[in-house]
Amino acid sequence: MSFDDLPEIARAAVKQALDAGATDAECTISEGDEFSVSVRMREVETLKEAGSRGAGLRVLIGRCMGASYTSDLTPEGIRKMVGSAVDLASLTTEDPHAGLPDADEMGSIAGDLRLYSADVESLATECKIDAARRAEAAALDFDPRITNSEGGSFDSNIGGRVFANSRGFTGAYRTSYCSISAVPVAMQNGAMERDYWFTMARDFAGLESPESVGRTAAARVLRRLGAVKVETQKVPVIFEPRVARTLLGNLFEAVEGRAIYREASFLAGKLGEKIADERITLIDDGTIPRLFGSQPFDDEGVPTRRTPVIERGVLKNYLLNTYTARKLGMRTTGNASRGITGNAGIGHGNFFLEAGDKPPADMLRGVANGFFVTELIGSGVNTVTGDYSRGAVGIWIRGGELAFPVSEVTIASTLQEMLTGVAEIGNDLEFRGSVSAPTIMIGEMTVAGR
Amino acid sequence: MGFSDSFFAAKFGITRRDLENYLEDALSRGGDYADLYFEYLATSSISIDESIVKSATQGVSLGVGVRVIAGERTGYAYSDDLSPEKIKHAAQVAAMIAAGPSKVEKTPLNEGAKRDLYPVVTAPSDTAFKERVALAQRADVAARAYDPRVFQVQVMYADNLREVLVATSDGALNFDRQPMARLSVFVLARERDGVPQQGHAGGGGRRELGWFETERTPEYFAREAARQAVVQLGAVEAPAGEQTVVLGPGWPGVLLHEAVGHGLEADFNRKGVSAFSGRIGQQVASPLCTVVDDGTIGGRRGSLNVDDEGNQSQRNVLIENGILRGYLQDKLSSRILGAAPTGSGRRESYEHIPMPRMTNTFMLAGESDPEEIIRSVPRGLYCANFAGGQVDITSGNFVFSASESYLIEDGKLTRPVRNATLIGNGPEAMKYVSMVGCDLKLDEGIGVCGKEGQSVPVGVGIPTVRIDRMTVGGTA
Repeated sequence: MSFDDLPEIARAAVKQALDAGATDAECTISEGDEFSVSVRMREVETLKEAGSRGAGLRVLIGRCMGASYTSDLTPEGIRKMVGSAVDLASLTTEDPHAGLPDADEMGSIAGDLRLYSADVESLATECKIDAARRAEAAALDFDPRITNSEGGSFDSNIGGRVFANSRGFTGAYRTSYCSISAVPVAMQNGAMERDYWFTMARDFAGLESPESVGRTAAARVLRRLGAVKVETQKVPVIFEPRVARTLLGNLFEAVEGRAIYREASFLAGKLGEKIADERITLIDDGTIPRLFGSQPFDDEGVPTRRTPVIERGVLKNYLLNTYTARKLGMRTTGNASRGITGNAGIGHGNFFLEAGDKPPADMLRGVANGFFVTELIGSGVNTVTGDYSRGAVGIWIRGGELAFPVSEVTIASTLQEMLTGVAEIGNDLEFRGSVSAPTIMIGEMTVAGR
Repeated sequence: MGFSDSFFAAKFGITRRDLENYLEDALSRGGDYADLYFEYLATSSISIDESIVKSATQGVSLGVGVRVIAGERTGYAYSDDLSPEKIKHAAQVAAMIAAGPSKVEKTPLNEGAKRDLYPVVTAPSDTAFKERVALAQRADVAARAYDPRVFQVQVMYADNLREVLVATSDGALNFDRQPMARLSVFVLARERDGVPQQGHAGGGGRRELGWFETERTPEYFAREAARQAVVQLGAVEAPAGEQTVVLGPGWPGVLLHEAVGHGLEADFNRKGVSAFSGRIGQQVASPLCTVVDDGTIGGRRGSLNVDDEGNQSQRNVLIENGILRGYLQDKLSSRILGAAPTGSGRRESYEHIPMPRMTNTFMLAGESDPEEIIRSVPRGLYCANFAGGQVDITSGNFVFSASESYLIEDGKLTRPVRNATLIGNGPEAMKYVSMVGCDLKLDEGIGVCGKEGQSVPVGVGIPTVRIDRMTVGGTA
């Protein structure tokens, strides 16, 4: 059974569901081949290689849904999956908004998004091991204080996704992915720190060199050594891109349709209002070739698109699938997302903050006393109320310069105040993964320490 | 029940001979050890939102993972197809990690000792779906009835039944049937036109469905979730800076999971990358603290008859009267360190390589009266519930987010406080424990632990504990 056989299996499952009494059905089939190698202290540590497949089915009988999945794609496995979903539909409640997208909403964007590259599949195992080895070696060789390592690794994945529904949509696309990462550990005066860096691309040729990954990771861990806790105070806080993107993750949770119709977001009911500094323009775009948030159609068979979420500080759009759009009396934005079965949830495409015009170095220069955050831990963001409080690691800013490392502190505010309190946005936007942000400076947050 | 009656033998006709052959394939290029992990997983889930049963899903997945260890190297492959050719192929791929003639003497497979920590006759996943829908609906009704300020209720019910079979080249042959069920209730409440606040409660374990009738009813979880949401309506800004913190009993035990548990997993320690590395025998907590990880408690979410490498789970003392006693081992680490297994080798599924993981982690009860502990604090923070936590095992810094906490003023709980993150350093924070209550409580059974991309169910527990110094990340 090859990838090219899967659309027919999906269509057949949909047809069987209709024959069994479903009024609508949608079938997703996903497959993936993964490879990963990690090298630690210059020796291969783990080597993993395998592939798997799964199919999922969601049926509607009238406005009642049932769903099922299986890892068994034989006719017998598919038959059981269909029976199971149809059975469950008799146990759910009529949901007046349940249904498939309208005919005029379905489709796939034109052109090749170049999500798949054959060079990932054909790459020799030796090259992959070599990439992991070189990344770790570059980190280990960078500085004598780097005494240990959690390794260097190379990961790749070849995936395929098929979707068919009972309104005549069938679509399929393949994806590839590869990445190199390094996690060095540095020690000074008995205290240890670790940090990481990575590169990822759709094709092997698009990766940064293993050496640059290792050296960046090394530089990042070294600057954490000797960290201290600071006094509790209110100061300007600068988020470097790797942590700024987590703020976008928080904002996504606050603008996805489910949180909106349930009024479980501090941004519910705020469409058209100015909620942020006018330097903020936040975009969701699932159509940019080669990027990790791109796909030709969403997980309901609706074409992806570019949706401005915040434009010059004004909340312009929520991110919706068919269901949440109907709940809100709006149209889907092509953001349906699901594993392989169940009701579609909501996902983002390439979700990014437009770059500003300040070089990050200039942003620092304007800060007499502040905090440059390089890592955040914990889950202390409440997107219902906007309350924000997270553990932070970074470097203290004195007189416009990075002065000394800081750890074991928290930063706190509310997302509302952070959005309106954005003081600067860097010109350093770079797409690394599906959520991307430049350096962001917030005028004031509470840093809690001693 | 013997092997021939076990799930994979009975349903898929897998024989001892087959297992021995696959292990032989896995070691065909050399290596010191190999194992096979067969897994069948049936899951069901129900979701209620706006009093509508919006979703009901069920499904099955099946597969086998093959691992080969050669020195400190691990080769791993898996197949979602149990045909002999596919398993053989996976074994040959995993074998690539090794080079040279096999040194492993063929050991006949022997069934391990049996026990049953979760004697579930009818797994929840084998009950009528309708009954499970009815349970979830009861929670929805009860949460809405709790208070007129409750305006959104979501109920999730999920169960699964996992059948596993582990066969190893050192001769272990173990199988287990692992049921699990969990009911969760999420509530939003608000004053007229006010800011909504959320509450969450839930629980379950390796139980029969009847547990939700006799031990913890849907109404119990619903009222608890609604109570938390309503309490938060009056919450004030959290303080910022170092405070005396009192942890309430039960789920706040997540502190132990983050502050010490992860740092004691043997993989990190064998590599020397944990803040606890090389500290066995040292004082890492106040003498009042004894922390154990116990996978043998009947019916609990984190419990296992056998771990995912075929070893029996056990009760492991991690910290005894403040002294670090031991690490949590998986097979690879215990081989390298020459340490006895602790039954802590776990994995998310057949697609994953096992790692040392926690089971149910908790602090033993002390002698203080919980009310006396609160009375002893002139000014501080009382944390009744947490939303979750995270740790950087290398620096030892950990955080956890308080979802329900109160100011302590003059020895009394006064006002509820908005969400705040607490932060500390693993080997240091626990030295400030100055009182331990007599009221040890385990959590209700909702914990999920994530490590290197793998999630496994766990339990936590703690008595009321006073920590003299901890940084609270509020804004006030």
